[in-house]
Parts: sequence; structure tokens; C-alpha cells
Amino acid sequence: MSTAVFTYSLHLADNALILGQRNSEWCAHGPVLEQDIAITNISLDLLGQARNFYQYAATLYNQFSSEEKESVDRLVPALWKTYNRDLEEDDLAFLRVEHQYLHLLITELPNGDWAQTILRQFFFSAFQQLLYTELQKNSDEQLAAIGEKSLKEVVYHLRWSSEWVIRLGDGTDESHKRIKKAFGELWMFTGEMFVPSSYELVDTGNLKGNWEQKVKEIFDEALLLSTIEDDLGVKFQKGGKEGKHTEHLDYILSDMQYLQRAHPNSQW
Amino acid sequence: MTFFKKHLYGDYGDKESPTGGNVQHSPFGDGGWPLWEVFIRSKQGLDHKHVGSLHAADAQMAIENARDVYTRRNEGVSIWVVESKNIHATNPDDAESFYEPANDKVYRHPTFYDLPDEVQHM
Repeated sequence: MSTAVFTYSLHLADNALILGQRNSEWCAHGPVLEQDIAITNISLDLLGQARNFYQYAATLYNQFSSEEKESVDRLVPALWKTYNRDLEEDDLAFLRVEHQYLHLLITELPNGDWAQTILRQFFFSAFQQLLYTELQKNSDEQLAAIGEKSLKEVVYHLRWSSEWVIRLGDGTDESHKRIKKAFGELWMFTGEMFVPSSYELVDTGNLKGNWEQKVKEIFDEALLLSTIEDDLGVKFQKGGKEGKHTEHLDYILSDMQYLQRAHPNSQW
Repeated sequence: MTFFKKHLYGDYGDKESPTGGNVQHSPFGDGGWPLWEVFIRSKQGLDHKHVGSLHAADAQMAIENARDVYTRRNEGVSIWVVESKNIHATNPDDAESFYEPANDKVYRHPTFYDLPDEVQHM
């Protein structure tokens, strides 16, 4: 059971870390100062969530029996083993290789334009809100506590991104064209959220109905509902939860992990 | 090159007229986003205080921008925003006639009588 909690914590942490890293690319490049700060704020919230989950995963791992350690060995970074000390959050975030990451593919996709970044945030936050609402009720007290704490942040992310989707959809011809194009880029990556994996402790399949309801509600207000029908039948991509990623992840990792790999075991 | 027009905090009402939405300083081209003034109440029971200004397309966005820009470090429990064009200010050119006449009216300050010791906090 606790190895599942470990793996699930990594999955939740990776989701938050990779999307946070992606969003942080907007820092100093936002369309206006205020929105630059807004998206960077969301990045920091996600980074905070990732830290909570990584810390918990590391704590669990350090208390594992040798059999338990063996069973999750494929997820543990090789470089850390040369350090001869307990596992820490940074090792999990910065020393694993591509196939050891368990996040959803949608989080690692390039930012695209503002519309694409916004729409991804909306899809993901709508999912995260439902997920953390369920996580709060989990029998694992630590996961439940992180879920409860993070939910407050996510409620704001969802509010912020929903309003932007409406603003762009129901805005100018240009903004409508862009959010529609973003939909075409992203929709095929949303199905993965609801495909259960062996280690998940929340039944994400059950969240699908409510998620679709929320998307429909916002898209209706954004005047997008009638323009996206052609894209709805697309085949969904998956694999992220099992460590199979797109070519984009390598670029994120080489950027994000540079310091820890160039200066192993360095501390602030 | 209105694109690069400098717009510093404190300039407002001083170097340009309080036109809010018509000020040309936005990368979004013609019209741009209106300027909003932000007021934050730091704790229950205190007054809202002016903390700065920002750009936003509508009131909802202005409140969220204010939340992100001005309350990230626990600065507030309540936010007001008002579009800058709705604020009417005195003109610095009027300062002489507005404020200076009060300068030599010392008798308007309660300093010409003795206060009993029992009265505190005056």
C-alpha cells in the first residue's frame, strides 16, 4: 500500500512540477506585467504543491523495508545512490530521467501562445480541482492534508483560467481563432487524465463527467461550443502516467536539471 | 512612439490628464487596457489604503491582478479597485490657492489652551 502512496505522490508531484516549470517560462515574457505576475504566481503555487508531494514521497521511501525499496527501484534516481545519504525532495525532482517521470503529457507540452497556455491551465485546473477534492477524503492523512491545502490555490487557478478562456473565446476574431486553435492542439491530451493507472488512489474515471460538465459550461460562455465539434472525436493520447513521454520532456529536463547535474549534490 | 510612453507611479494627475482607458501606454494597441487604482485593507477594522495602480481589461481582471500583484505576501484581506478615470484629483497648479492659506492659521490647531492631565491621547 505505501509503495502505491509513494508512486502516487510522485505522479502528483510530477504533474505540478512540470506544469509549474512550463508556466515559469512565461516569467518576464508575459503579455502584460500583471499577467506575467499572475502566471508566475501559479507556477509558484504548483512548485509548492510539488515540494509537498516530493517531501512526502522521500519520507516514505526512507522508511521502506528493503523489499519495498526494491519494488519501487525503477523510480529512484541512480545518481542519488552514489550520495550515501537519505533520499530528499530535490533528488526526486532533479535527478530522475525521462521515463521515471509519471506526469500527464498535457503538462509537458510547449506553451504555444497565451491562448494555448491558458487553455491548458483551464483543462488542468478543472481536473486538479476535482482530484484534490477527492484526495482530501483519502485515508492517507498526509495526502489528504496536501490535497486540502492545495485545493485553495487550485480554486483560484480555475477561476483565473476560466475567465481568460471566456475572455478570449468571446473576444475578438483573432482571440477566438487562437483559443480554437489551442483547443485543436490540446484536446487529444485531456483523455489521459481519466484513464486509471495501477497506483492512483483516486478513481479519476469517476471525475470525467464533472470535468466535461465544467468545460462545457465555460466553453458555452466563451462561444466555443459550436466551433469545436469537429475536434471532439479525436483519439486521445496517453502514456505519461507510465513514464512514456513526448519528445518535449527532454528539453524541459535538460534545462531544469542542469544545475544539479553539473554540480551534483549542491545545496543553496 | 506612444508604445514606450513612461508611466510611473505618482505621475498620475501630474503629467497627464486622468483619462484612464484612453491613456496610450499598452502593448495591446489602440485603446489598450484601462488603468485601475488599487486599495487594500490590510486587516479587518482598518481603512482601505491606496497601494498602487495596474492595467486590466475589466473589473474582474483588475481585482485578480490586484490580488496577484499586491497581496502575494499576505498584505490584505479586502481589495477595492476603481478605474482611474473615475478619480477626480486636484491640480498641482492650484496648490497655492488650495493649501497655502492654511499655513498661517496656527490658531486652527488646538495648541492655545492647557489640557487637563486626565485627558490622554490628544
